[in-house]
Amino acid sequence: MSENRLAVEMRGIVKRFPGVLANDRVDLDVRAGEVHALLGENGAGKSTLMNILSGLYHPDEGEIYVDGAKVTFGSPKDAIHDGIGMIHQHFMLVPVLSVAENLVLGLDEARFLLRPQKIEAEVEALSQRFNISVDPRAKIWQLSVGEQQRVEVLKMLYRGANILIMDEPTAVLTPQEVEELFHTLREMASSGKTIIFISHKLHEVLEIADRISVLRLGRMVSSGIDLEGVTKKDLARLMVGREVLFRIDRKAATPGEPILEIRNLQALDDKGLPALKGISLEVRTGEILALAGVSGNGQRELAEAVTGLREATGGSVIAQGREVTNASPSHVLEAGLSFVPEDRVGMGSVPNMNISENLALRNYRIPPIGNGWVMNLVAMREQAEKLVDEFDIATPSIETPSRLLSGGNLQKLILAREISGAPAMLVAMQPTRGLDVGATEAVHRILLEQRDEGAAILMISEDLDEIMALADRIAVIYEGQIMGEMSAEGADIEEIGLMMAGTRTAHNVKAG
Amino acid sequence: MSNYLIFITTILAAGVASGTPVLFATIGELFAERAGVINLGVEGMMLMGAVTAFLVSHTLGDPWIALLVGMIVGGLMSLLHALASITLRADQVVSGLALTFVGAGLSSVIGWSLVDVRDAPRLPALDIPLLGQIPVLGQIFFQHNVIVYLGFIMVPIAWFIINRTRPGLNMRAVGEYPAAADSVGINVFRLRYLYVFVGGLLAGLAGASLSLAITPLWIDGLTAGQGWIALGLVIFAGWGPFRAAFGSYLFGAIRRLPLDLQGAPPLPLDAHLILQDPLLSYFANMLPYLFVILVLVIASGEALRKRLGAPAALGIPYIRGERGI
Amino acid sequence: MSAQSSIAERFPYRIRIQKRLDNPRWLSILSPVVLVIGALIVGGVLLSIVGVSPFVAYSRIFRAAFGTPAGWLRGELYPLSDTTIKATPLLLAGLSVALAFRMQLWNIGAEGQLLIGAWAATGVALKLLSPDTPAFIMIPAMMLAAFLAGGLYGAVPGALKAWLGVNLIITTLMLNYVAAFWNNFFIYGPWSLRGFGLTPKFPRTAWLPRLTEFADQFSILRGLTAHAGILIGLAAAFILWYVLRKSKFGYEIKVIGDNPEAARYAGMNIKRNILLVMLISGGLAGLAGMGEVSGVIHIFQERISPGYGFTAIIVAWLAKLNPWGVVLVAYLFGGLLVGGDEIQPFGIVSMLNGVILFVVVGGELLLRYRVRIERSESVTQSAAAGGGQ
Repeated sequence: MSENRLAVEMRGIVKRFPGVLANDRVDLDVRAGEVHALLGENGAGKSTLMNILSGLYHPDEGEIYVDGAKVTFGSPKDAIHDGIGMIHQHFMLVPVLSVAENLVLGLDEARFLLRPQKIEAEVEALSQRFNISVDPRAKIWQLSVGEQQRVEVLKMLYRGANILIMDEPTAVLTPQEVEELFHTLREMASSGKTIIFISHKLHEVLEIADRISVLRLGRMVSSGIDLEGVTKKDLARLMVGREVLFRIDRKAATPGEPILEIRNLQALDDKGLPALKGISLEVRTGEILALAGVSGNGQRELAEAVTGLREATGGSVIAQGREVTNASPSHVLEAGLSFVPEDRVGMGSVPNMNISENLALRNYRIPPIGNGWVMNLVAMREQAEKLVDEFDIATPSIETPSRLLSGGNLQKLILAREISGAPAMLVAMQPTRGLDVGATEAVHRILLEQRDEGAAILMISEDLDEIMALADRIAVIYEGQIMGEMSAEGADIEEIGLMMAGTRTAHNVKAG
Repeated sequence: MSNYLIFITTILAAGVASGTPVLFATIGELFAERAGVINLGVEGMMLMGAVTAFLVSHTLGDPWIALLVGMIVGGLMSLLHALASITLRADQVVSGLALTFVGAGLSSVIGWSLVDVRDAPRLPALDIPLLGQIPVLGQIFFQHNVIVYLGFIMVPIAWFIINRTRPGLNMRAVGEYPAAADSVGINVFRLRYLYVFVGGLLAGLAGASLSLAITPLWIDGLTAGQGWIALGLVIFAGWGPFRAAFGSYLFGAIRRLPLDLQGAPPLPLDAHLILQDPLLSYFANMLPYLFVILVLVIASGEALRKRLGAPAALGIPYIRGERGI
Repeated sequence: MSAQSSIAERFPYRIRIQKRLDNPRWLSILSPVVLVIGALIVGGVLLSIVGVSPFVAYSRIFRAAFGTPAGWLRGELYPLSDTTIKATPLLLAGLSVALAFRMQLWNIGAEGQLLIGAWAATGVALKLLSPDTPAFIMIPAMMLAAFLAGGLYGAVPGALKAWLGVNLIITTLMLNYVAAFWNNFFIYGPWSLRGFGLTPKFPRTAWLPRLTEFADQFSILRGLTAHAGILIGLAAAFILWYVLRKSKFGYEIKVIGDNPEAARYAGMNIKRNILLVMLISGGLAGLAGMGEVSGVIHIFQERISPGYGFTAIIVAWLAKLNPWGVVLVAYLFGGLLVGGDEIQPFGIVSMLNGVILFVVVGGELLLRYRVRIERSESVTQSAAAGGGQ
């Protein structure tokens, strides 16, 4: 088997969505048995290209060859038939079904009757062969994110995938889990499987990939470069199209008194199980406290319990000396605590209402907009004009429904709304997830400005790069508990990673 | 004592018979909802099934062909909803309502000349040998119109299909997480069409069994809200066939109560006279509807406690490439 | 996969639906018109299938509903008056539905709330107040009773929805049937006129003023029975429009209707708003019921509504839940009802209603999206590839 045999060739792929050219005459060569990284910003067209390769989308133009033979996929099933399997960022696993049921979903054998025992035995055998441990009888919703990812890998192997596409697989993992995953990927590659690894994280790409292709704004700017002599800086320039500063200019923090105090806070998750098991944190004026952790360890519940959106079953929240435990969201806001939620479309905005109405969401009750039982629509529009201008929100008009805004502009809208009242405290959850580099920089700048003006900011993020760039102090959450806290100055990623995986020793040693 | 036993046996037997149409409709809607589509058009499909079956039985004289036609008409009606809600992504609530309006109106137009027909052939009654001889239980379960036994068979079959077969697994996947199903090559649109159609067939069967066996005649609005009751029972049943059967038969018994009370045996304090008071019948007639509300309250309390719920993707049109992919 | 391929081979086209990014104003004005015309065509086809000539049916409906210009010149205004009478309950109930739907509260119970409103108004007119009560007390008292009774009848399922999460569609629908039996109990029982299915006639002071009562001043109004209920409806439309546009309450309704999570985040009290909206929604439907007994028939009987509460759903949806749109559409549908009395069988109108709603919900999307049917290269190729394997 020659080293340069091509597993996948994509030629002149074009994919249009209404108003967007997602892929513009893209070529891609992937060699058999390599780990090929597909690098690009959010929105560069990486996922679209891979969705085409995995049969989910039809390309508008272009051809695909797998192992030298031309293919056309009508569905993902056709793609897996030719050995191509994709693991999406959002796992394609049905939560109420068991691991075994998810593995056989959509397969042709066992046309009618399901024989659970038989399937479970097969799954067990497979997971032993590839050394990926999973209980086939467990329901997906009972598994951790890392375990779910393993199920996805198993699912593709079970279907005989030779070419495995992984879309941003590390976003949900601890650094140690990332190492483990990379180990598995390398092993699979050396046993002849081809891996396409989608990412926007430069250091990961440099660590795992044999070759790299870079997409920018739907175009392939650099196809299949070898790693020899390539630096992070080169890749960044290719990816963004201009020089990128890796370290944001920031002054040293001048923290003051703690004004947001969370004491032994407890809360339940949506299933009624304990999600917060006694969280204590203090955020001081003029600092950013970053809460690191793998998704699903209680971050959402914490943000909601602090901001009055979720009932606290124990403990207390004190904002500027005022007890706001289980206060209504509007009382929490009045107490000076603003909130940038994780889900910008699902919670942070009202998609079908226009920008000016969206900007009034948190202050429509109070003058000048709220005026008795009516609203001053003129004042509402004036506020919108001002904030759109000040925060540089790109929109045709303030009458545009917020659903038509790009992710970055929507986040600017939300930040503008939350910050315009000069809050003393801000809880920001995943403030830059899914944003491109430009928007990310803008959001980071806004957060630092707020800090410098004396706001106490609790930033909840899964992105360790972001945390290292912005935080003054770092706390780590795991299964609803704080594993440890440290100053960001000289913080050790390795140590944070261990805490994210639930090891407390590092902190204890440090604290002791 | 035996008077009371006879009275209660009568009520329960009537309940099993009278709950059978709503059972079909409930099971049908359960399939559609398990695949992620709410169809509020059950009432309209039942009415169309009922009137066309009655018409066919009256003109051709064969109730079995009539039953089949009623089913098919119900199925065809449901395809309108499927087209609107699956392909055209219309609001499922409004589309289903529209289907009910169409069914109610069209059945009334078709049934215009059938209102006075009394001699359309009906489905036969059938006493099951041996089982029918069992005291009390035999009378409750095994001395019925033949259509009632179809209900008995359908419940375990529905359970088996949902929980133990590949089509059932695919259906559940489509109702819970269509993007995941799509990603492994299950045709979400086709399956949703299929199960909406199955729901329509069973709603048509429900209507036909009403006009051919249970209330064997045609009047305008024959179903009297049973299609809506089926929708409520699906929720009460927690999307499972056995509880659906329990709810349907219980509903059937309550629905027949105003009639059965007329035959109430003498009770202490002359209570039977109060029960037989015609004015009380207005309140007795409310009971099935209040029963459904009560049952929904119980079910929702249960859902809150156990955090159970509807299929996760229920009522949400699937759009390839949006959210979740 | 093989079944899929064979379908694709026989029908090598696929429907592609693309969202329009712009929403031009002409489209939002044109689309209801196009959709109604489309619905009339579909309805016409259905009519001819069941053996009714659509041209005859439609022209009869139109004449009965709106008359002819020549007739108007001769002073024949009664078609317009009759249509106004039917439009009145449709307007009030339509506003009721539109308000609830704005907040994604699927109140299908306008019919029952209307019936209960009629019951309460009757109770005030016949039992609570003496027949000597002057009209300026009697009428407001009946309105208040109807509004409160209908409102409470809507608030109960509203509360069940808000606090227990009980499905509103089913509960409101069940309560429609309950309301009918409740009314019948009174109609055939305690309030019955000698055991017939109706009550005694209301005292004159409990009648809403009608056009014909001004015939002495304007002779053209003689015999026209349109009543003041339409003014109540128009006032309600104005208030609703103003509240939705300008008030905090209206803003909250819109936010909750579009994204309840965002409403929670904004600190809105969703439960209270559900209760309030269902109360007002039920109240408006209750007023519609009061209008029927007090403005039209002046007695209380079983058949006071030919399904106004259900038609109201179509009216509200066609009006895109906009109060002034409801005014317009209610009038058109009032005409359809008047015309429907002229043609047999009666179900035709109800069927047309359903068809219109169907075409509107299905067609809205067709107009909001560009739909293309194109010969699908890739599908045919994959079918060929599938065949070769």
